[in-house]
Amino acid sequence: MSKFDFTLNGNRTTVDAEPVRRLAHVLRDDLGFTGTKIGCDAGDCGACTVSVDGRQVCSCLVPVAQADGAEVITVEGLAENGKLSDLQEAFHLYGAAQCGICTPGMLMAASDLLARNDNPSEDEIYDALGGVLCRCTGYRKIVQAILHVGDTSAARIEEPKVGEAVGSRAAKLDGRQRVDGSEIYGADKAPEDALWLRAVRSPYWRATFSLGDFEPLKEKYPGLVDVITAADVPGLNGFGVYPDVKDQPALAERFVRFKGEAVVAIIGDFEAISSISDEELPISWQEQEPVQGFGPPVAENAPQLHDDHPGNILAYGDVLKGNVSEGFKSSCAVFEESFQTGFVEHGYIEPEAGWAQRIGDRIEISVTTQSPYMDRDEIALIMGLEPEKVRIIPTACGGGFGGKLDLSVQPLLAIAAWKLNRPVRCTYNRLESMASTTKRHPSKITARYGCDQDGKLQSYDFEGDFNTGAYVSWGLTVKDRVPIHATGPYYVPNVKARSRAFFANETPAGAFRGFGVPQAAIAHDALMDMMAEKVGIDPLEFRHINAIRKGQETATGQKLESAGLDQCLEALREDWGDWRAHAEAHNQSATNIRRGVGVGCMWYGCGNTSIANPSTMHIGIKPDGTVTLYSGALDIGQGTNTTMMQAAADGLGISLSELQLVWGDTDLTADAGKSSASRQAYVSGNAAKLAGEDLRGQILRMANVGETATIEFGKNKLIVHDGDTSHEINLGSLSALDNGEVLRGEGYFDPPTEPLDENGQGKPYGTYGFAAQIADVEVDLDLGTVKVVRMGAAHDVGQSLNPQQVEGQIHGGVAQGLGLALMEEYIPGRTENLHDYLIPTIGDIPEIRTYIIEDPEPTGPWGAKGIGEPALCATAPAIFGGIYQATGVRVKQAPCTPDRLRAAILAKRGLNGNGHG
Amino acid sequence: MTLYLQPNSVEEAVQALAEHSLFVLAGGTDYYPARVGKPLDDDILDITGITDLRGIAENEDHFHIGALTRWTDVIESELPPYFAGLKLAAREVGGVQIQNSGTVAGNICNASPAADGIPPLLSLNAEIVLASTRGEHSMPLAKFIMGNRKTRCARDEIVTGFRIPKPQFPASSTFLKLGARKYLVISIVMVAAVVENDDGKVGGLQVAVGSCSAAAKRLHLLERSLVGQPLASGIGDLVLEEHLNQLSPINDVRGSADYRRDAALTLVRRALEDLVPTS
Repeated sequence: MSKFDFTLNGNRTTVDAEPVRRLAHVLRDDLGFTGTKIGCDAGDCGACTVSVDGRQVCSCLVPVAQADGAEVITVEGLAENGKLSDLQEAFHLYGAAQCGICTPGMLMAASDLLARNDNPSEDEIYDALGGVLCRCTGYRKIVQAILHVGDTSAARIEEPKVGEAVGSRAAKLDGRQRVDGSEIYGADKAPEDALWLRAVRSPYWRATFSLGDFEPLKEKYPGLVDVITAADVPGLNGFGVYPDVKDQPALAERFVRFKGEAVVAIIGDFEAISSISDEELPISWQEQEPVQGFGPPVAENAPQLHDDHPGNILAYGDVLKGNVSEGFKSSCAVFEESFQTGFVEHGYIEPEAGWAQRIGDRIEISVTTQSPYMDRDEIALIMGLEPEKVRIIPTACGGGFGGKLDLSVQPLLAIAAWKLNRPVRCTYNRLESMASTTKRHPSKITARYGCDQDGKLQSYDFEGDFNTGAYVSWGLTVKDRVPIHATGPYYVPNVKARSRAFFANETPAGAFRGFGVPQAAIAHDALMDMMAEKVGIDPLEFRHINAIRKGQETATGQKLESAGLDQCLEALREDWGDWRAHAEAHNQSATNIRRGVGVGCMWYGCGNTSIANPSTMHIGIKPDGTVTLYSGALDIGQGTNTTMMQAAADGLGISLSELQLVWGDTDLTADAGKSSASRQAYVSGNAAKLAGEDLRGQILRMANVGETATIEFGKNKLIVHDGDTSHEINLGSLSALDNGEVLRGEGYFDPPTEPLDENGQGKPYGTYGFAAQIADVEVDLDLGTVKVVRMGAAHDVGQSLNPQQVEGQIHGGVAQGLGLALMEEYIPGRTENLHDYLIPTIGDIPEIRTYIIEDPEPTGPWGAKGIGEPALCATAPAIFGGIYQATGVRVKQAPCTPDRLRAAILAKRGLNGNGHG
Repeated sequence: MTLYLQPNSVEEAVQALAEHSLFVLAGGTDYYPARVGKPLDDDILDITGITDLRGIAENEDHFHIGALTRWTDVIESELPPYFAGLKLAAREVGGVQIQNSGTVAGNICNASPAADGIPPLLSLNAEIVLASTRGEHSMPLAKFIMGNRKTRCARDEIVTGFRIPKPQFPASSTFLKLGARKYLVISIVMVAAVVENDDGKVGGLQVAVGSCSAAAKRLHLLERSLVGQPLASGIGDLVLEEHLNQLSPINDVRGSADYRRDAALTLVRRALEDLVPTS
C-alpha cells in the first residue's frame, strides 16, 4: 500500500491504496464517490469517465498512482452548493438521462468539451462523447441538452395544474439524482462489513464435474470465508420465470449446460476473492461435446439437455385462422423467404449487482431488477421460505430491457447471507454479465405471404425456430408471442403460424425488448416490400391498405378497439415521399454511395400473453397530511416513477408536487408486476389512476359530496370544496391503519385477456401498440457499410402519459433496433465484452423525427398503451427496406454487417452478370 | 508483494528493468482491459513519470515522437501534412478518454493486428528507438513488430520514441479506417498512405494496411509500381488485386477474409485518390 494525494472535486484527498488499483475503484470503494459508475473496467463504455488534470479519462484505466498530485473531478464535483450546473440542469430538463447509469460519464465528457468549446456543433459533440455508451436514450436528447446548456427555457415547463399532469412533459421526478451522481444503483452501496461474493463459472458448454475439498484453499487465503455449492441451497435449487418451470439451478449440480453457468461461489474479503483464480478451485471437469446452433440440437439422437424435453424441443406455438392454401389461391403475388437473426445482448451499462442480509428469519435483498415480486417469489422457493419472509428492495436500475427479469446475483447473495448470517454483496464484471445472463433468441424463420392484385393481403404461412439456449427462461413467451404477431400489424384473413423453441448448449435466451416480435417483423416486412413491388404499389401505401384497423380481427380472432397504424403511416407520408424522391434523384448520378428509404411496421400486445398480469397500487394519507403513492412498478429508466405519479395525481386530484413516492420495496408496495412487455403504462397506469380515484371516492364520501367536488390537501387536514361549501376533514381524528396512515386508496387492474384455444384463437392481450418507422440510409456499395442518415418514427401510444418519456423510449428503441439491424450479434464464448460486441455509439444514431399518435384504448388509463417494445420492432425492417432501395439487395440476415452486405451486393451482380465495380 | 516502480528518467527505468522482470505500464489502456475480473498482480514499471519522453520535436532531418506522447498530443500538435494520416489515426484510437491516456508507444508495443497507430507509422517509415542498460538502438518499425502481440522489445528494454525521417518531396498522407460503427471500433481494415509529390508525379509512396495480417503490412509491390506515375485523379485505378497479395487476412467476428481483402483494395484505391492534389 502507498499513500496518494490528489485534489478531488476541489478538496485535498489522501488515500492508502495499492498503486495499481484502478482509480475508479479507489474513488468508489475507498472514497465513497459512487457517482462514478463502472460498466466494463476496460475503457469500452466510458461510464467511469472523470476529469484528471482537465482531461476526460476512463478512471477504470488509470492506476491510482498516476492520479497522485493530480486534480480529479467526478460527477459529484459538477454541482455547486447543491445547485445543479447548467449542463446538469439541461440534461435533467431535456430528458437526457433515462436509467442514468451512463449519465455521469456523459456529463464528464460533455464538461470536458464545454471547457474547450462553449458553442460546440453536433459533430463536435459526437466526437467528444463518442467514448461513452448509452443504451437507453438513443443519444438524441443528450445532444439536445448539450446544445442548450445555459438556455433551457424551451424545455422548462410549468408545474402542471391539478388534473393536468397526464400528458404533460413533466421532467423526471427522480431526475436530479440521476444527474448529480447521488442515485444509488446495485453496486453503489452495501454495509461496511459486507463480504464480497464471486461466482465461479463453467469453462465448458457441456460438462460434468465434481467438487473436491475447499479447506486447503481457505487455508491458503485467510480472507476466503466460505465457498457455497449446490449443497448449500436451503430450498429448491432451481429458478425460472414461470411459476411451474424452475429448470435453472442457482448453483449447478454435477452437470453444466452452458459456459458461464455458476458452479460455486466464493465469499470473503474483496482482496481474497479477487486474488483466487478459477483454476485454483478443486473442481474436476469432464467435458462433453456440446450441441449448438440451429441444426444439431434438434437432430435425431442429439444429446438431450433436459430429461423432460425429448429432442431438445421446449414447445410449439400455433395460430391458425381461415385456410392458408385457399388464401394463396386467391393471391396474385406470393413470396416465400427465409430469414435469420442471432443472439443479441441487452448491453445495459450497469452489470448485475446487489447485496443481501439476513434479518432473523427473513432475507432482504437490495438489487438491480425489473421485477421485485417475481424475484421475491423465486427466492422464497430457493430459500425454502414463505414469500413474505423475503424482502426485495430494488436499487435504481441501470438499464434492463428484459435482461434483469431473470435472477442473477439474487440467489447467490441470499444463500450466502443466510448461511453466514452476514451481509454479502456481489457485482458482476462485464464478462460474466455477458456470459451468464440472457440474450435475445436467435431465430430462423421461413415465411410465405400472398396478396391479391389490389394489394390486399390474403394469406400468411410462417414457421419460426427459436434457440432458447440452455434454459427455458422466457422461451415459452417467445414461442407464444411470435405466432400471434407473425403477420405483422395487418389484416390477414388466412394465417398459419407455428413457432418452435428448442434448447442448445448456449447462453440462455430470454426476454429482450420484443420477445421475438422484432425477429418476426424482419420477415413479415421484407415480404410486404416484395409483394408491394410485384403489384406495383408504393411500400408505404401498401402497408396503409393492409394496416389492421379498429374493429378488424387479428390472426387470433381478437377484435381491436384501438389500432392507429393507419394514422402512423399517414403521419410519415410526407417525409416518406420527399425522402424517397431525394434518394431516387441522388441515385441517378451516384455510383458507389447510394441512398434508400425503407418503411417498417409493427404491433405489440401490451402485457403478458393470455395470462393474468395484474397490478396493484396504493395511495395513502398520513395524519400529517402527507400523501404517498406506493408503486411497485419498477422504473428501469423508462420513467415509471414519474408517469405513475402523473396517473395517480390526476386520479386523486392532487398536484404532482404534493404527492410523495415510495417505490419498489416489496414490504412497502404491492405487486405491480414486472417492468416488461410494455405493460406498466397500460396496466400499472390504470392501477395508479384507480388508486387515486379510489382514495378520492373515499374522501368525497366522507364529506358526503358529489363527483365534481375538489380536494385541498392541507397540513393535518383535507378540505373538500363542493360548490360554495367546504368540508374539513381533520386527519388526526381518523383512526390509523396498520402502516400509520389514516386513508388508503387501492387500484387494481388486470388486462382483459382470454386464453388461446388449440388453434391459437382468443384474446391474448388487452391492447396493442402500433408503429411505423421510416429510415433514410446511405450505403457504400464498395464496402457494404450502411449509415442511417435520418429516421421517422410514428407511434400509436393510445394516449401519451408524458411525451418527453415517450420520445425517449422511441429514440432508445430506434437505437437498439439500429444495432440489431446493422451491428449487434452476440457470439457465445467470443463477444463477451463491449469492444467485440458492438452497440451503437453517439455517432451512429441520426436525427429521429417522432410522431406521437393517440388512438385511445378504451381499457387504458386515459386511453394509454405501451411504448417500450414498440419503439424497437419496426426499425430493422425500415433500415432493410432502405438498403433494398439503395442496393437492390433484400436483407435476410440480421445484423446486416458490412461483410454480409458486400457479399450480397457482389452475389447480386454475379446473378445479373453485371460486373460494374 | 508486487512491485510498482515509478522512475523519473530513462536511466532509472532501464536500471529497474535490468534488475527485475517488470511489466511496462504507460497509459494503461491495454493493460487493464486484459485483466477484467482478474487480479492485478504484475510487477509494474510505470514510466509515465519520465516526462522527457512526451512530445513531438522537429530535428534537421527527422521528427521525433516521444514514447509517452499521448494520442491527444498528436492531434493537437502543429505538424506538416505529412502527418495528416497519423493525426486521423489518433482520432480513431478509442474515444477521447483513450486518446488522452493512451500513448503512441503503448499502442505499438501492444502490437495488436488492429492497432490504429501502426499503419500510419509504417507509412511514415518510422524507426523505433529502444533503450536498456546495454545502450540505445533503433530499428525499422516493420522489423520491430513480429506478429500478433509479438515485438522485438527485449525484456530489459523500453521504447523511448520514434524517429520519422523527413520526406524528400512535399508529402501528404491519409488514414482510412473501416469498422461497423462510428466510434470505439476495432477496425475491420485500415489503410495509411503517404505520397510524396515530385512535381505532379509520385515521388515516393508508402502504403500500409492493418487488420489484414498478423501485423500491419506495407504494400511494397504497389509502392514501387506507382513511383513515377502522375499523381492525378485515376491513380486509384492503378491499384491491382495482386498488389495486395502479401496480405493474409483471417475470418473473425468483424468480417471474413474475403471481405477484408476486397475492402482493403477499395480503401487503398480511395486513400490514393484522397492524396491527389485538388488544384
